[in-house]
Amino acid sequence: MNVIEATGLGKCYGKAWALRDCTLAVPEGSLAALVGPNGAGKSTLMNMAVGLTVPTAGAVTVLGGQPPGSPAALDGTAFMAQDAPVYRNMSVADMLHLTRNLNRGFDESAAQRRLADLGIPLKKKTGKLSGGQQAQVALTLALARRPRLLILDEPLSALDPLARQDFLATVMTAMTDDGVSVLLSSHALAELERVADYLIVLGGGELRLAGAVDDLLAEHQVLAGPVADADRLAAQLSTVQAKRAGAQAHLLVREGGQDGRPVPPGWESHPVGLEELVLAYLRPAGSKTRQAAGGSSSAGIHGSRTELTEVSK
Amino acid sequence: MSVLTLPAQPVQGAGPALRPVPWQRMIWVTWRQHRGMLVGVAAVLAMVSVFLLVMGLKVHHDYTALINCHPASSDACNAARNSFNNTDWTMGNTILILMNLAPALLGIFTGPAVFARELETGTFRYAWTQGIGRLRWTVAKLVLLAGAIAILAWAFSQVFAWFFGPFLSFEGMNVLAATVFDSRGIDFAAWVLFAFAVGAFLGMLIRRIIPAMAATLGAYLGVQLLAWLVLREDYPVAIDTTNANLFNKPSSPASPWILKTWTAGGTNWWRYIPASRFWPMQFIESGWLLVLAIALGAATVWLVRRRAA
Repeated sequence: MNVIEATGLGKCYGKAWALRDCTLAVPEGSLAALVGPNGAGKSTLMNMAVGLTVPTAGAVTVLGGQPPGSPAALDGTAFMAQDAPVYRNMSVADMLHLTRNLNRGFDESAAQRRLADLGIPLKKKTGKLSGGQQAQVALTLALARRPRLLILDEPLSALDPLARQDFLATVMTAMTDDGVSVLLSSHALAELERVADYLIVLGGGELRLAGAVDDLLAEHQVLAGPVADADRLAAQLSTVQAKRAGAQAHLLVREGGQDGRPVPPGWESHPVGLEELVLAYLRPAGSKTRQAAGGSSSAGIHGSRTELTEVSK
Repeated sequence: MSVLTLPAQPVQGAGPALRPVPWQRMIWVTWRQHRGMLVGVAAVLAMVSVFLLVMGLKVHHDYTALINCHPASSDACNAARNSFNNTDWTMGNTILILMNLAPALLGIFTGPAVFARELETGTFRYAWTQGIGRLRWTVAKLVLLAGAIAILAWAFSQVFAWFFGPFLSFEGMNVLAATVFDSRGIDFAAWVLFAFAVGAFLGMLIRRIIPAMAATLGAYLGVQLLAWLVLREDYPVAIDTTNANLFNKPSSPASPWILKTWTAGGTNWWRYIPASRFWPMQFIESGWLLVLAIALGAATVWLVRRRAA
């Protein structure tokens, strides 16, 4: 079962497309990281997946074909919006009671236990909690609904490094204990690299890359070799990004990996890191960017981009 | 991963339909979220009611003394009449004017914030993604809050009507007259209900509390003036007559209320409403206000359902 499935999904505000032609499928049991710079369309995608926004084009379903906003989708999906909105004049206990009243099922004792473990007093107004505590309360409320899909919009941005770790640990526990699938957005990949097993990269309102992390890493490789050969080779292969540093050229290519096409003579193959991969896909197609340090330049090779926007899985 | 290549299998209809979250749960939710506003409205109306009760006792006492004063033309009676006219009636008239502003004030302080606050603070992203769904959430809030506010307003208008009773007789005011009619019976509660519905709708439409409050005031006053100056003439309780004798008697609360006069073929015509038609007229006006409030509520629900984040 796919917990999120989008087909040609797009959202247009006025004349500007916040997200366009997005096709992807997140399998059940994933912790899917939705990454991209600010304004890439991450929140738009999430809002459509939870039924807060109606798509302009295409469609999205959750939990195996449920339309967002339908009773079954609302029941099985818990959403934590950006900045963890809570009623600031309500106590934590009131928020628990409120969420219990607004849902069919609510595990209040588990929620109270978790808040006690975190040392968050039930009587305190949520508006007086720290940002990290507010995020933890919102997450606790979401998890106590026993959702099958948890959608978290930039939950880490307001947290300090320690709180980020705690937050992610809670999410991971819910995944292993209750089989919750998670979609989590972030504009920074670093903290998700270790935990995410599915990756969705958005840039400029377009889907740049989507797939299981292991598959993506296996499909891509960095070829290092002489600059003289680079252009010819880049044109032959489906090259994501080409960088030059002195006499050495580095091509990030999507095919083969270790067990794929043989490495051309005179070139060396290296595995690619996830962060490197994401950054390569986020570079606008055909643009040339000059890097300040080292004077090396990189250029995305035009022509491969159309293929990259598809989910070839 | 083969799961990715499987077509989506919609599971609707596969199992029994989900039992929706019961409506009753919204009672606590609505109370908890809006108790400040509800308690505030109840407290203000209660304080004014206590004031009206205290002052009403004095007014009733003064009025009883005045009508029992004999002989009526004596200096003592004239002094009592002047005193009632100067102090009691000045206060009563001021409160009557305030009473006609009260529905607008109640409307702007209760309606706009209901949904606009959720939109201003972003909490709608929490509220509308809970299992209960935004349809139940919206309908329950509108019905519960409108009901509570209308009941409070009705109770308050009964206190006011008692307080104002002596002035009607003393000033010979007509119960059908604009401003008096609106503060009695069920009409006051209907206007408050309407003002709340306008406020809730405009709050959802404009999405910001302060502009929605201003717009609510404008919309309310527009409809009230329309009712006073245009609509009430044409309620099907009015009677056209050429009988001038009906209007010869001195004005009293039971006098017919003359809507307009005109001349046709050398004959003078009057369109009037007899005081006995107070209740039919109350039901007609409250009826269309209620229909309008329900239509505004439906429009609010429609806005909530189509509102995109």
